[in-house]
Amino acid sequence: MFQIESKVDTKSAEFKKNRELNLRLVAELKEKLAKVEQGGPPHAREKHLKRGKLITRDRVKNLFDRNTPFLEFSSLAAYDQYDNEAPCAGIITGIGVVHGREILVVANDATVKGGTYYPMTIKKHVRAQEIALKNRLPCVYLVDSGGVFLPHQKEVFPDKGHFGSIFYNQARLSALAIPQIAVVMGSCTAGGAYVPAMSDEAVIVRKQGTIFIGGPPLVKAATGVDVTDEELGGADVHCRISGVADHYAMNDDHALHITRNIIQALEAPKKFDIGRSEPKEPKYDPEELYGIIPTETKIPYDVKEVIARVVDNSEFHEFKELYGLTIVCGFARIMGYPVGIVANSGVLFSESAVKAAHFVELCTIRKIPLIFLQNITGFIVGKEYEHGGIAKDGAKMVHAVANADVPKITLIFGGSHGAGNYAMCGRGYDPRFLWMWPNSRISVMGGEQAANVLLMVKKRGLEAQGKTMTKKEEEEFLAPILQRYEHEASPYFSTSRIWDDGIFDPVDTRKVLGLCISASLNAPIPDQRYGVFRM
Amino acid sequence: MFKKILIANRGEIAIRVMKACREMGIDSVAVYSAIDRDALHVRTADEAVWIGEAPPNESYLNMDAIINAVKETGAEAIHPGYGFLAENYLFAERCEKEGIVFIGPDSKALKLVGDKVASREVTEKEGIPLIPGMKEKSTDVDHCMAEAEKIGFPVLLKASAGGGGKGMRVVNSSNELKDAAEAGMREAEAAFGDPSVYLEKCIEKPRHVEFQILADKHSNAIHLFERECSIQRRHQKIIEESPSTALNDDLRKRMGETALKVVEVSGYTNAGTVEFLLDENNNYYFLEVNARLQVEHPVTEMVCGIDLVHAQIRIAAGERLWLSQDDLSQRGHAIECRIYAEDPENNFLPSAGKILYMKEPTGPGVRHDCGVYSGCEVSVYYDPILSKLITWAPTREICCRRMAAALNDFPVLGIKTDIEFLRDVIIHPEFLKGNTFTDFIPINLPDWRPALGDDLLDKALLSASLFSNTASQKPVVSGGSEEIPSPWKTLGDWEIGKK
Repeated sequence: MFQIESKVDTKSAEFKKNRELNLRLVAELKEKLAKVEQGGPPHAREKHLKRGKLITRDRVKNLFDRNTPFLEFSSLAAYDQYDNEAPCAGIITGIGVVHGREILVVANDATVKGGTYYPMTIKKHVRAQEIALKNRLPCVYLVDSGGVFLPHQKEVFPDKGHFGSIFYNQARLSALAIPQIAVVMGSCTAGGAYVPAMSDEAVIVRKQGTIFIGGPPLVKAATGVDVTDEELGGADVHCRISGVADHYAMNDDHALHITRNIIQALEAPKKFDIGRSEPKEPKYDPEELYGIIPTETKIPYDVKEVIARVVDNSEFHEFKELYGLTIVCGFARIMGYPVGIVANSGVLFSESAVKAAHFVELCTIRKIPLIFLQNITGFIVGKEYEHGGIAKDGAKMVHAVANADVPKITLIFGGSHGAGNYAMCGRGYDPRFLWMWPNSRISVMGGEQAANVLLMVKKRGLEAQGKTMTKKEEEEFLAPILQRYEHEASPYFSTSRIWDDGIFDPVDTRKVLGLCISASLNAPIPDQRYGVFRM
Repeated sequence: MFKKILIANRGEIAIRVMKACREMGIDSVAVYSAIDRDALHVRTADEAVWIGEAPPNESYLNMDAIINAVKETGAEAIHPGYGFLAENYLFAERCEKEGIVFIGPDSKALKLVGDKVASREVTEKEGIPLIPGMKEKSTDVDHCMAEAEKIGFPVLLKASAGGGGKGMRVVNSSNELKDAAEAGMREAEAAFGDPSVYLEKCIEKPRHVEFQILADKHSNAIHLFERECSIQRRHQKIIEESPSTALNDDLRKRMGETALKVVEVSGYTNAGTVEFLLDENNNYYFLEVNARLQVEHPVTEMVCGIDLVHAQIRIAAGERLWLSQDDLSQRGHAIECRIYAEDPENNFLPSAGKILYMKEPTGPGVRHDCGVYSGCEVSVYYDPILSKLITWAPTREICCRRMAAALNDFPVLGIKTDIEFLRDVIIHPEFLKGNTFTDFIPINLPDWRPALGDDLLDKALLSASLFSNTASQKPVVSGGSEEIPSPWKTLGDWEIGKK
């Protein structure tokens, strides 16, 4: 393949300015990550340690093989929600390696409100199970939770995607031969009792793990009998009497060791073969991305400069280089895996939409994973384009992307607005993973456009009443809208609500994408199948 | 004797000193800058201390950091090597105050020999022959002009505080002087913080001959004969040998005695070098004392059978000289070639980068004092010397052949070096005849280019191209993750937001 020739001037003032801003954004991200990583407040942590328990991050670390990566999801979930009382939404999810095989872990953090489930905790748990389902990853649940967080019961209990879905998913995953393993390291009360009960194999820690449908206070109230936690549902009860748990552990480390043994005994994983070549670092230093990403998402920039700093040896076999220039499509390799890249380079026109649909078809028939690099304001508007059938051409692209059953991974590296978000495999289009860079923005339209649309509606209303607005009134009307869009378009607003799987440092793009592709190949790629394309 | 010595230097000389320490049962401490973390001297020492960032004044010239390193490690003495702080009397003074032994002369003698004008005054009084020149340093161009007329052109303009040829210029006539003096002062100011210069008579076709001396702290001194260092590029030596082809026994004896006299009058101790210029009529002129272990010290070691670093350490520890002048003689012939990371095709400009591959020459009578290895980085921050190749043989002729063969058997890939150039100097008929003088290179090898036959270059390029094609064309592997490990196995303990 030919190498991309970079045209970036790394000595320019603009490069320097961009670099400064982006380094600051990354520093901000790292600072936020470091903060939530601490988990609950210090006193909760102390109490936890005093009980002889490992803190959740150490549990996760000790579960996995030494010196292997951990791809964590949505670390900043619930960020700036619930008065920031639920760092990481009180749960850690991610993919790591046990005995050389990729495993999905879901681990409650009991230092955060006793590990209880906030709405975002459930969303994160269910999202992790979805990742396990799509990528066929065995699940390990490190359970240490007091059940739902009662003040939020209406948002966590009754609906689809709420607490009940967790157990439903366990049953369905198990039926697909995706191993479900629970490790009871703290309480599993009420609904929580079903996590170990619904699992294929369960480990429980002596004098630490408990499982019961109704706890001692409830038993006392209902029957008047005094009973201790341990007598009611401790490790001895469940391993020797009830049979709810299968493996008896002396402490956290022992439990994790047993869990590793369980995984060692699983059937060997078979990865779907898409062919691999020796990985090569890009010719251009990924650090240069800092100087390339512009200071505002509305400033256009050449996505090939990004691709050159992500793909192996900066080699890119571009498709339709001279047609539909606002979308860049082509084949490359990332960490040795073949990929098809669909990347925005401006607003979508009919030509670009059709080009992308064609390219997506190429990848699905060849079973090549798709990488969507999103920086999109939307589809072109105007009479000329509507007459030209932009709606049906956009539909072709959306149809192709929606039905593409190869692993799809989306990275928002700039703006994500309008129907562009859909066509470029936004969250609704079921990408295996969706990531954001710290400079990215996501909202139905740009703040200025939205504010102007609302202003126009308002003015029309006033006109009907025979009134007008002064310049000052207009400004006063616009300011709060702009402010709100600014706030809600932030990647932190998005990641807090789990609209994505996380935000990462642009220099790590290769690593994250490589890990994601590798993990995605635990599931076979089905044959191509499309519905009706509107022609 | 000392138990632990800190070596305040890097590269081949630091390693040379560390090896001597090891032979003497002394522990060695390396100091290193940020970019020297993987340098060979760090790997060779028993201990290593980080002393600052890459720029020399933050690390190898950083007295506070070095003194702290001494205290931290409990070293008793500092060996300064050459360059950096080796001839800095303030550093020697600081060591004296802190109760650390500075392996070299004391600060007083260092200060005296470091000041060219002051040392000239002292030596002139004792009747030591000097090149006619200015009595005082000057920053006044008009004064220089008047002095130059008195001395007679051509004159040599030198930085008062300098060494290593920085700021040095030959001025052939009075109309060149103004520009040369101003440029020289600027360079001197930039390099040494002192713009003053002085002028002296320019000797034509001179040889550079120097005498190695050893002086203990009990007023005993010996000389270890001469080295001839006439082969220079950009006023810096690149080939040195001993004995000199120009000296007979009588001249050698007289020059040796003069050298010892210089040492005596300047109160100099430890190892040092007294430099002379020798003209075509066997007149010699005292130039200066190099108050350090010289880069070219190995040629003396080879012909005299004395380890000069051992001697330096023993003298610094207070031992009396264990040899008299009569115990010493010259045996056979030794030549040293300095291997620099530089481009002889482009005015010997430094060539930094990674050494992709190197193989050191070996064999009877071949010594290689080396500071680098395959895979190491040569930085732009420091002197580009990589190593020194020394050969010894019973006669000069065999010594030259041995050197040429060793240079031919010395591949260094990835950076440019002067190896081929040195080989062409060694096999030059004029060099073989011993007709050496300081302008040897511009006169005998102007515009030197490597003699690589066209077909040889073609063959090399073809082989490289074939090799790189076969090496890079690994087929796409089927069978999933088995053959090529997945990133889950190769990325180590990576996590989002870490590192």
